[in-house]
Amino acid sequence: MGFSMADKAKLKYRAVVIGTSAGGLKALKQLVEGLDPVFQLPLLIVQHLSPQSDSFLPKYLSQFTHLKVKEADPHEPILPGYAYTAPPNYHMHVEKNGTILLSVDEKVNFARPSIDVLFESAAWVYQQHLIGILMTGANNDGAKGMCQIKMLGGLTIAQLPSEAEVPIMPEAAIALGCTSKVLDIKGISSFLNGQYAKTD
Amino acid sequence: MNMQSKNEGSKELQKQDLEVRLLLEAIQQIYGYDFRGYNQAHVRRRILHRVQNLGLKSISELQHKLLHEEHFIEILLRDLSINVTEMFRDPGFYRSMRLEVIPVLKTYPFIKVWHAGCSTGEEVYSFAILLKEEGLLDRAQIYATDFNPIVLETARKGIYPVSRIKEYTQNYQASGGLQSFSDFYIARYDSVIMDHNLRKNVVFAEHNLVTDNVFAEVHVIICRNVLIYFNKDLQNRVLKLFADSLIKGGFLGLGSKENIMFTEVADTFTVVDASEKIYKKKIVLGI
Ligand SMILES: C[S@@+](CC[C@H](N)C(=O)[O-])C[C@H]1O[C@@H](n2cnc3c(N)ncnc32)[C@H](O)[C@@H]1O
Repeated sequence: MGFSMADKAKLKYRAVVIGTSAGGLKALKQLVEGLDPVFQLPLLIVQHLSPQSDSFLPKYLSQFTHLKVKEADPHEPILPGYAYTAPPNYHMHVEKNGTILLSVDEKVNFARPSIDVLFESAAWVYQQHLIGILMTGANNDGAKGMCQIKMLGGLTIAQLPSEAEVPIMPEAAIALGCTSKVLDIKGISSFLNGQYAKTD
Repeated sequence: MNMQSKNEGSKELQKQDLEVRLLLEAIQQIYGYDFRGYNQAHVRRRILHRVQNLGLKSISELQHKLLHEEHFIEILLRDLSINVTEMFRDPGFYRSMRLEVIPVLKTYPFIKVWHAGCSTGEEVYSFAILLKEEGLLDRAQIYATDFNPIVLETARKGIYPVSRIKEYTQNYQASGGLQSFSDFYIARYDSVIMDHNLRKNVVFAEHNLVTDNVFAEVHVIICRNVLIYFNKDLQNRVLKLFADSLIKGGFLGLGSKENIMFTEVADTFTVVDASEKIYKKKIVLGI
């Protein structure tokens, strides 16, 4: 399924990138649970996991959303109606032609996949058509990526630190002045749903 | 964000695209390394990384260094060739090799193995250990190639930081290793030196998968986590090179996120292990 021309004209954003670390499973679950069935923007998700962990994340999240959740394959086109998770031990990037690139580059911020890597490459490709969301976590990964998204005209949302299981990660982005909005998870879901609200 | 700055952002990106293209062009024309078919997001990230690291203002300043500083290419080569590797990376791959491939290799009087993109050699020593345990090392000729001469130097020495041995030992055990991993190295201060018998039959050599051709007919090709950096066209080129270099019935092992499905050589191979990405060149083509 693709966006119709009419959809494209109406929709300001083309993709959503999401980064989470400690406490992320629960946060991701709540976020996707809150999405209306009409919501179709592709989600690209980096959740920090141990390198040995197998690919349970997509299976887990599938239970709570109408989106098709899958572990990203290299070179696959990024499509509406899908949520892609970065495989453990690989960085996930977005290529200019709208496909996914996986790499085994050095860890960034002690993490592979790294949120910064995803956010930065997605910002290059989608520019002002990108939403970046940073939620619970115990490190600084993603903060720089949020700045990159904002600098290129995209919209950035940090999870309300007081609600986050571990507030360090959203706080880091807020401290850098790189967040357009600070919302609780309910607020994030409804903001995303709002992208599909009828404007006419 | 107002309209003005949005436009500036994308203009900046457009300029960077151009600068990246010019830089790759220069590297290719002057030094012969061709990165134009590598994934763009990767190349851009690595280049910007270097720009930042050197405190430069633009990729053009990097271009200036490339053109006017003698050894600068070595730095860029290191940036663009990701050398991250480990011993027995993805233990399941080695387990599957032992179970599915080794028994067939044992039927040959002599075997040739090619590690393409071997980086600093950890993969080569890992597979050599497997061959040794299976009694095949003495009748093997191993080619270990990479296009980066600096990593080959490390590979040749076979000296690695002791700090990683714990992880490697776990990998070795998980791969189905038959002995104790410490049988294969000597510890010296903060390094380990791999048993030199392991590289007795190894030739380390420069070979560029993008620009060089077939150099031997081999029974096994292991090329892991290299194709992942190439675009579709380049992957096809390199996979064809591999198909041409393998004997009929020879084996190809790729990285866990690499695949021959949907490539131009898909019909040339059968699947030995779909999840570990091990393939076998068909004996009779077209079946
Ligand atoms: C990520 S490492 C993989 C090392 C090892 N095979 C493994 O899986 O652990 C990729 C290697 O491919 C090499 N490489 C990249 N482009 C190449 C080319 N065109 N020809 C030969 N080697 C190349 C790099 O220098 C680097 O050492």
